[in-house]
Amino acid sequence: MDLYTIIFYVFVVMTLFAAGVVVFTRHIVRAAFALLFAFFGVAGLYVFLLADFLAVAQLLIYIGGILVLILFGVMLTSRQLNVDVKTGTIHIFPAVIAVAAIAGTLIGIILSYDWTEVKAPATVETTAQQLGEMLLSEYVLPFEITSVVLMVALVGAVMIARRDNKQIRMK
Amino acid sequence: MAATLEWLKHPGLQHFLIVGGILFALGLYAVLTRKNGIMVLMGVELILNAANINFIAFSRYSARALDGQMFALFVIVLAAAEVAIALAIVLNIFQNFNTINIDEIDKLKE
Repeated sequence: MDLYTIIFYVFVVMTLFAAGVVVFTRHIVRAAFALLFAFFGVAGLYVFLLADFLAVAQLLIYIGGILVLILFGVMLTSRQLNVDVKTGTIHIFPAVIAVAAIAGTLIGIILSYDWTEVKAPATVETTAQQLGEMLLSEYVLPFEITSVVLMVALVGAVMIARRDNKQIRMK
Repeated sequence: MAATLEWLKHPGLQHFLIVGGILFALGLYAVLTRKNGIMVLMGVELILNAANINFIAFSRYSARALDGQMFALFVIVLAAAEVAIALAIVLNIFQNFNTINIDEIDKLKE
């Protein structure tokens, strides 16, 4: 058991345990903070997969952006007077069956298939430059479309979330 | 048993795919069972992360092409857009119904 393997399992256990807390806790703020550790563990796994740029992007976008947005949502939608941040669950039984079936099938297929793997390269170069060159050559159209999608989504989010559209228009 | 231990000692493609599979299952469970709309969103985020782990794992263990990482990058960007829109909708629902428990929201119109 070398250090590489030990750190790998530390990140795996951290990710899965935090994801388990997100899924099974009844306290929604606790779930949001557990999600932080799940995202962080996934970022660590990206480093193991030699995706340094994506690991940093994961930290910046998921933890710095999406998680803060989710926390905003939690704070804005929990009733302030009677602090009601607990969250219930519905139809657990069919969900357990469906999820167990899907997880069992997935893991069974993954374990039974004979994957051919490429060995790790001797020298590991950073991926940021290559990704940037790909974004501006073969992936330039998806890149541009994504920027338009992002702009439309953000403008749309502002339009949807704005309070009292009619009153603003009256003024 | 010895074979299992030997397998556990060498993290490879299968290990990452299994982590992705378990993460996907957990996210799906959250989406299926949670009443709170924001908890459902958290489940969706877990599912997207599971998909990203698979993309990047295949990118790493294939012919060292970065296309998988590129897809993962687009997934991250679209997840940001998705969560912004979804939270705007959740806030709107909260203003109209004073709850975000998705099993209590059964009207299309006020």
